[in-house]
Amino acid sequence: MTHSSANSGSPTKGKSLNLQQKRVRSAYMFLTPMIIMLLVVAAWPLFRSISFSFTDASADTIFNGQSEWVGFENYLERRVRSNGDIRWRGVLADKDWWVAVWNTVRFSLISVSLETFFGLLVALVLNMEFKGRGLVRAAILIPWAIPTVVSARMWGWMLNDQFGIINHILLMLHLIDSPIAWTARPDTAMIAVLIVDVWKTTPFMALLILAGLQMIPRDMYEAAKIDGINPFKVFFRVTLPLLKPAILVAVIFRALDALRIFDLIYLLTPQSGSTMTMSVLSYREIQQFGDYGEGSAMSTLLFLIITTFVLLYIKLGKLNLGGEARQ
Amino acid sequence: MNRSMPRTIAFYACVLLIVLIAVFPFYYAIMTSFETGTAIFRPNILPESFSWDNYKAIFTRRGFVRSVANSVFIASITVGAALLLAVTASYALARVSFRGRGLLLMTILGVSMFPQIAVLSGLYELINLLGLYNKPWALVLSYTIFTLPFTVWVLTTFMRDLPMEIEEAAIVDGATPWVIITRVFMPLLWPALVTTGLLAFIGAWNEFLFALTFTISADQRTVPVAIALLSGASQQEIPWGPIMAVSVLVTIPLIVLVRVFQRKIVAGLTAGGVKG
Amino acid sequence: MANITLKAVRKSFGSFEVIKGIDLEIRKGEFMVFVGPSGCGKSTLLRLISGLEEITSGDLMFDDARVNNVIPSERGIAMVFQSYVLYPHMKVYDNLAFGMKLGKRDKSEIDTRVRKAAEMLQIDHLLDRLPRQLSGGQRQRVAIGRAIVRDPRVFLFDEPLSNLDAALRVATRLEIAKPHHDMNDVTMIYVTHDQVEAMTLADRICVLRDGVVEQVGTPAELYEKPNSVFVAGFIGSPKMNFLTGTFADAVGCTTLGIRAEHIDIVDQADATWTGTVVHAEDLGSDHFLFVDIGADEPVVVRRSGKLDTGMLGQVVSLRPQAENLHRFGPDDKPLG
Repeated sequence: MTHSSANSGSPTKGKSLNLQQKRVRSAYMFLTPMIIMLLVVAAWPLFRSISFSFTDASADTIFNGQSEWVGFENYLERRVRSNGDIRWRGVLADKDWWVAVWNTVRFSLISVSLETFFGLLVALVLNMEFKGRGLVRAAILIPWAIPTVVSARMWGWMLNDQFGIINHILLMLHLIDSPIAWTARPDTAMIAVLIVDVWKTTPFMALLILAGLQMIPRDMYEAAKIDGINPFKVFFRVTLPLLKPAILVAVIFRALDALRIFDLIYLLTPQSGSTMTMSVLSYREIQQFGDYGEGSAMSTLLFLIITTFVLLYIKLGKLNLGGEARQ
Repeated sequence: MNRSMPRTIAFYACVLLIVLIAVFPFYYAIMTSFETGTAIFRPNILPESFSWDNYKAIFTRRGFVRSVANSVFIASITVGAALLLAVTASYALARVSFRGRGLLLMTILGVSMFPQIAVLSGLYELINLLGLYNKPWALVLSYTIFTLPFTVWVLTTFMRDLPMEIEEAAIVDGATPWVIITRVFMPLLWPALVTTGLLAFIGAWNEFLFALTFTISADQRTVPVAIALLSGASQQEIPWGPIMAVSVLVTIPLIVLVRVFQRKIVAGLTAGGVKG
Repeated sequence: MANITLKAVRKSFGSFEVIKGIDLEIRKGEFMVFVGPSGCGKSTLLRLISGLEEITSGDLMFDDARVNNVIPSERGIAMVFQSYVLYPHMKVYDNLAFGMKLGKRDKSEIDTRVRKAAEMLQIDHLLDRLPRQLSGGQRQRVAIGRAIVRDPRVFLFDEPLSNLDAALRVATRLEIAKPHHDMNDVTMIYVTHDQVEAMTLADRICVLRDGVVEQVGTPAELYEKPNSVFVAGFIGSPKMNFLTGTFADAVGCTTLGIRAEHIDIVDQADATWTGTVVHAEDLGSDHFLFVDIGADEPVVVRRSGKLDTGMLGQVVSLRPQAENLHRFGPDDKPLG
C-alpha cells in the first residue's frame, strides 16, 4: 500500500497522479474490504430475506431450491372459495400481525417517552454539582452495562408471581391484595416489559442528554441567575430549547431500537400474546413454524418501517454526513 | 452553591432514589445467588443465609465455562476484525473527499440500525451454504452486521476531529495515507479505538437473536443463550439460584469495564449519537 | 535554490473562484512574503505551491519543471504551519527525523542532520522531550527545525506567528530570518496578514487582494511607490491619510494620499490646511496628532519626540511635503 517517493523534484511524465487523486485512490482501496464485507453479511442476506418473502419457502425447501415464487401472496392474497366466500389471507390480513404492530408501536411510544422523561430528570440531577456525583454516575451505568438476557432474568425473578420481591413489597405495603403474575397476565405483561426496558435504557438516554446539557455554556445560566429569572422559566425557555437537538437525536436512536425489540420480550414474557412484537412474531414464524415465506414477509415489512424511520432520523437530525462544513 | 436545608434534603433524597432504583435489581440478584434451598423462596431484602453452592453448581456444569469461552472467542474475533477494517475505512470516510461519501456514510448508519430479524432468513441460508451452522464462525460473520458499521461510524466521527494540519504536515513529510493512519493517527486515536472496541465488544457479548438461531448444541452456545436456556423440567423448577449466579458472574466484568472506561464510553456514545 | 514561476494560476472551490489568474516569479534564494487582508487568497496560493491543494488551471514551475501534479513530498518543500504542528506522540528527535525516515535515508545521516538543525535552533537539549513538555516558543522552533532538516529547496510559512503572543512574535521573527541568512540560497515564501511582519522579513512583498496580485516589489518600493490606493492604505503604519473632494481637486486628482511623517506643522502663513487637534497618541519616541481639517476623517501627523499635551484642542497649520504626495486617479491607480 505504500508507494515509495523515488524521484524527488523532477515531474513524472505520463500518468502521474496529483495528491488529491492519490488520496482518492487510497480511499477506495481502504473502503473496498469493508464494502465487500457489508455486501456479504448485510446486503446479500437482506436481499435473500426479501426474496423469500415472495416464495413459499419453508424449512424443508429453503436449501433445495424447491420453493416456488408466489408473488405477493405472503403479504396479501384474495381467495374465492367454492361457495363464493371471499377470504383474505397473508400477513396483512393476519390479526396476529396487526396485534404485533400495535404492540410494537405501543411499546415504542411509551418506553421512549418514559425513558426521555426520566433520562432528562436524571441528566438534570447529574448536571448539578454535589458530593458523590462520580459514584452516582457510576451507579446509573450499571443497568446499561447488564446484558439484556441477564436483566430479563433478574427482573423475571423479581416479578415472579409466588416468590418475587416486587409482589412481596406491594403486599407488605397493602397496595395489592394478592400476588400478581406480572409477566403472564395479559394486562400486566406489557407493564412488566416496560418497567425492565425503562430501567435498562434510561441511563443511556440520561448520558446522551447529559452530554447535550454540558455543551450549554455556563454563562447562560449565570446570566439568567443575575437577571433573577426563576429556575423553571430558565429550564423551559433556555435549557430545553438548547437541548432539543440532542434529545431529538437520542429519541430517534432509541425509537429505532425499540421498534426492533426482540430479546427482552422473548425472554421475559415468552407466552404472552399481549407483548408479541413484530420481531418476535416474525422470529416465531420462521424458527418455530418454519414458514420462511410469511416470516420473511413480516421481517421485510418491519425493515421498511425502520428504513422510513432512519431516513427521518437523517433528515431531522440534520446530520452532517459529508463532513465538509467543519469549523 | 447556596441551597436551603429542605431543598438540599429533597435533592439528596432524589439522588438516593435514582441510585437505589439503578442498583437494587443487581443487588437482589447477588443476594439470591448466595441463597439456596428454601431460603431462596422467601423474599427478603437483607441477606439471610450465605453459601457458594450456586456458584459451585454452575462451574461443575460443563456448559457454562464452555459458553464463556465461546462468547469471549466470538466477541474478540468480531471486534478485532471490525476494528481492522474500520480504521482504514473511517480514515477514507473522515479525511478524504470523494464522490459518494455522503451516501456511503448514510448507508453505513442505516445498516447499523438494521432490524436483525430482517436479515435472519437470508443469513440462515448463507450460513448453511458456507457450512458454518452451529459453529462460532457463524456468529462472527453475523455479528459483523452491527459491529462493523458501528465501529466505522464512531471512528469516523473521532477521526474527523483530528486537526487537519497534522495530516498536512505528514503529507509534506512524504507520508502516504497508509503511513498517516498507522504512524500518525493510530497513536493519537488509541483511546478512541479502545472505547469503540469495548462498546462493540459489549454489543457482541450481549447479542441474543443470532446466537439463539445459529447454534443448536449446548457446547456451541454463547453466554446469553446459555443463561436463557438454563431452566428446569417445568416452570416451577426454574433453578433461580444458579441463574442468578451466572448472571452475576457475566455482569461483573462488564460493570468493571464500564466503570474503568466510563468517561471514554460516554464520549464514544455521544460520538455515535449526538454529534453525528 | 529554486525559481518558482506561476503562470495564469487559478483555483476554484466548486463554483467559487479564490485565485483568479496569478502570474508571479519568485526568484532563487529570495524571501517572498504574501500579504493581504483575510480572504484574499494568500494562504490558498501558498497551499497551491506546496501541493496540498490542487491547481485548477495554469502552470506552476519549479525551475523549469512543471510541478502541478507532483505530490508535496516530492517537490522539495518544507512547510511551517500556523499552529506549529508537531506530532504529539513523538519525541522532538522523532518529530525532526520523521520525514527523513519516510524518505528511507541512512540512519547516521538522519542523526547528523537532526543534531545539526537542533544545534542551529538551540533545541538540542530538548530532543528527548515530547511536544507537550515544551513551551510555545520551543514548539515553534521545533516546527521550524522540522522544516530545516528536510534541506528543502523552498520553505513555506503559513502565518507562523499569528498564534504567538506579542513578545514571542518578535523573537520568533528573528528565528525565521536566521535560516534565511544561514542557508542563503533557499527560497522562502511567507504568508501573513500583518504588514509589519511583511515589511521586516521580506526581500519582496506580493500584495494580494481578492485573488489577484495588486503589486509586487521590495518593501521600500511598496512604501514609496504604491501603485494603487489599496496598497498605499495596506502598507505602512499608521495608515496613509487619504483625502478626497476639494482637498484632492486642489492637486488635480481623485484621491490624495499622504503619509503621517510627510506632513509638517508650519506657520499660519505657509499653511495648506488648518484644523483642530482632536486626539493625540504618544509613543514616547514620537507621537501622532489627529487633526480635523474638515475632511471625512482627521488627518494623522507624525512628529518625533514626546507629546506636548498642550497641543490638544489647539488649531494647527499643516503643509504636506509636495514631493511625497501620492495622487490617485478615478481608477485608484497613481497619476503620472
